[in-house]
Amino acid sequence: MESIPIEHSLILASILFTLGLIGVLTRRNIVFVLMSLEIMLNASGLAFIVGGARWGQAEGQVMFIVILTLAAAEVAVGLGLIIQMYRQFQTVDINVLSEMKG
Amino acid sequence: MLDYIWLLPTLPLLGFLLLILTAGHLRKRAVAIIGAGSIGVSFLVALIIAVRFLASGEEYFIKETWAWMAVGGFNAGFNFYLDGLSLVMMLIITGIGFLIHLYATGYMADDPNYSRFFSYMNLFVAAMLMLVLGDNLVVLYLGWEGVGLCSYLLIGFWYTNPENGYAARKAFVVTRVGDTSMAIGLFLLFASLGTLNIQDILHAAEMQWAVGSGLAVAVSLLLLGGAVGKSAQLPLQTWLPDAMAGPTPISALIHAATMVTAGVYLIARTHTLFEMAPLVQTLIAVIGLITLLMAGFTALTQTDIKRILAYSTVSQIGYMFLGLGAGAWSAAIFHLMTHAFFKALLFLAAGTVILSLHHEQNIFNMGGKRKQLPVSFYSFLFGSLALTAFPFTSGYFSKDEILLGALAVDGLGWWLWLGGVMGAFLTSIYTFRLFFVVFFGESGRHDNVKEFGGWNMRGPLFVLMAGSLFAGFMYLPLDIVFSQGEPHEEHHVSALIHGIMIVVPLLGIGIAYLFYGSRKLSTARIMASPFAQRLHTFWFNGWGMDTLYNRLFVNPFLWLARINENDIVDKIYDFLIMLSRIGNRLIVQTQTGYLRWYALTVATGLVFIITLGILL
Repeated sequence: MESIPIEHSLILASILFTLGLIGVLTRRNIVFVLMSLEIMLNASGLAFIVGGARWGQAEGQVMFIVILTLAAAEVAVGLGLIIQMYRQFQTVDINVLSEMKG
Repeated sequence: MLDYIWLLPTLPLLGFLLLILTAGHLRKRAVAIIGAGSIGVSFLVALIIAVRFLASGEEYFIKETWAWMAVGGFNAGFNFYLDGLSLVMMLIITGIGFLIHLYATGYMADDPNYSRFFSYMNLFVAAMLMLVLGDNLVVLYLGWEGVGLCSYLLIGFWYTNPENGYAARKAFVVTRVGDTSMAIGLFLLFASLGTLNIQDILHAAEMQWAVGSGLAVAVSLLLLGGAVGKSAQLPLQTWLPDAMAGPTPISALIHAATMVTAGVYLIARTHTLFEMAPLVQTLIAVIGLITLLMAGFTALTQTDIKRILAYSTVSQIGYMFLGLGAGAWSAAIFHLMTHAFFKALLFLAAGTVILSLHHEQNIFNMGGKRKQLPVSFYSFLFGSLALTAFPFTSGYFSKDEILLGALAVDGLGWWLWLGGVMGAFLTSIYTFRLFFVVFFGESGRHDNVKEFGGWNMRGPLFVLMAGSLFAGFMYLPLDIVFSQGEPHEEHHVSALIHGIMIVVPLLGIGIAYLFYGSRKLSTARIMASPFAQRLHTFWFNGWGMDTLYNRLFVNPFLWLARINENDIVDKIYDFLIMLSRIGNRLIVQTQTGYLRWYALTVATGLVFIITLGILL
């Protein structure tokens, strides 16, 4: 069976990661920022999977599960913070939260 | 009895403590008894000790009391050393000091700070006694600095007038220059000889140093610096005339018994060191000669009665230095003693005149006070005669010895002698100018004045009058002290030289009489020429020394102070502060508070690091 070359999968992961990063940097709605973060996490997860498959190692999948767990925990905390933020400021615009500038 | 020598400085010190701790709560009578009494008892003790010491025939006597400090190999104790020299000094200090204290009880009677005055006076005498009795240079230095402190306190005694405070500061700062030099001299002595005990130093120096060696010259130069400062000699003489700001008894105390004689004592005490450095010894003679001439010319032009006397002191100390420089050690100390009598007499009499004329100090406002101030008149008469070395007064014998000593110096002898005779001529002119102007001629601004003071002010004057006339016949037990130093061969000087030394003062008195007594000659004619006027101004200002020092030291210092007013040194630190402020402001710019900015910097940093990792 013809396997997908590792370069293709890594390029896909990079594109996903970059998209996520651009989302994080440009989005003003904090919910979208959080979603972009998820994309970045999954991109790195994809990279681990590809690596694991390429070298026939289990650690790649283990790392993916770790990332998945991490993402779940992070989303739980992040969404909690978003709710708090909305209560406090009546908005989800992240630029409003720039009170700590020097 | 000799063991009680420690009482000498202790009694005045106790008097000082008592008076300063009661802070003016004692009645004036009690203050007078404590203040003058402590010195009086001290004088009695000194007299008894002197008699016992001379009767014992010992060369010297050492009384060890307790150690002051002992660090490693260095020991300094409050040990008293008595020999002919310190004997003479302690008698002068306590004797003349007592008379001045007695006089001051009357002079200062109306002063609200009576108690403070006597406490300082007592401390002054205590410090001076410490200076002359100490057996090591550390104790001597303690007394030395104590004397400096007291002179500061007393010159600025009437401190509410800022000018007095200025004069006090000047005296303190100028003598400090000399003190610093002396302190360095002490360090050098200790570093090279390992002891500061005076006798040990003199012996060790004689053993270890070659005559004229660099070390001997350096040490004696440094000590000379200290002596020049305290004794108001060129180039540090400028403080003494300004020291007239203090009450008159202080001037008498500073000029006669304490302070200015300290320098002469120091040189006489360490004379062996100076003999090791003949060059420095010649320098002493030259300094003395120049000072006595300069001060003589300056005194000619002064109009303030106390300033005339002050310059005459500078001039007379110049004679002592001339004697020291010529190696006529005992002649210098002899002159110190006779000078103490007549200068104390002149100052105290001047004090009486000033008080009687309601604080008038300009002699040209006095005039014709012979009948109204009889005691002052005779005091001034005898004091002036002694000061001008009128034959067979005390000053005659001592000045004679100094001049003969100067004549015996190889090489420079004739010049020193000629200068000294010239100085004697000037002395007689300015002294009798003062005398004739104050007591003869038409009555000045003040009419019908009554002479101030009771027995406590007149008594000392009478005693000092007798001293001025007859102290020249005293024998001073100095032969043993200076045994090696003195030139022993008899001087065979012609009768002509003796004649000149007798005639010159008489000539000066005659000139003063023509100008100021009979008024046959007038100074107005001389003063008509512009050159004489310029010379007069120059002399009046003390040869421009004050101006010179102002230009050389005071103004540059003030300039430095002025540009330092806005802290030139702080500029470096201000720059550091500015630098960190700018850095702070720059870095604060990055703290925008926007999450995406931080994320971007993290990402950029990461990319940067990874790139570095790949490339390197």
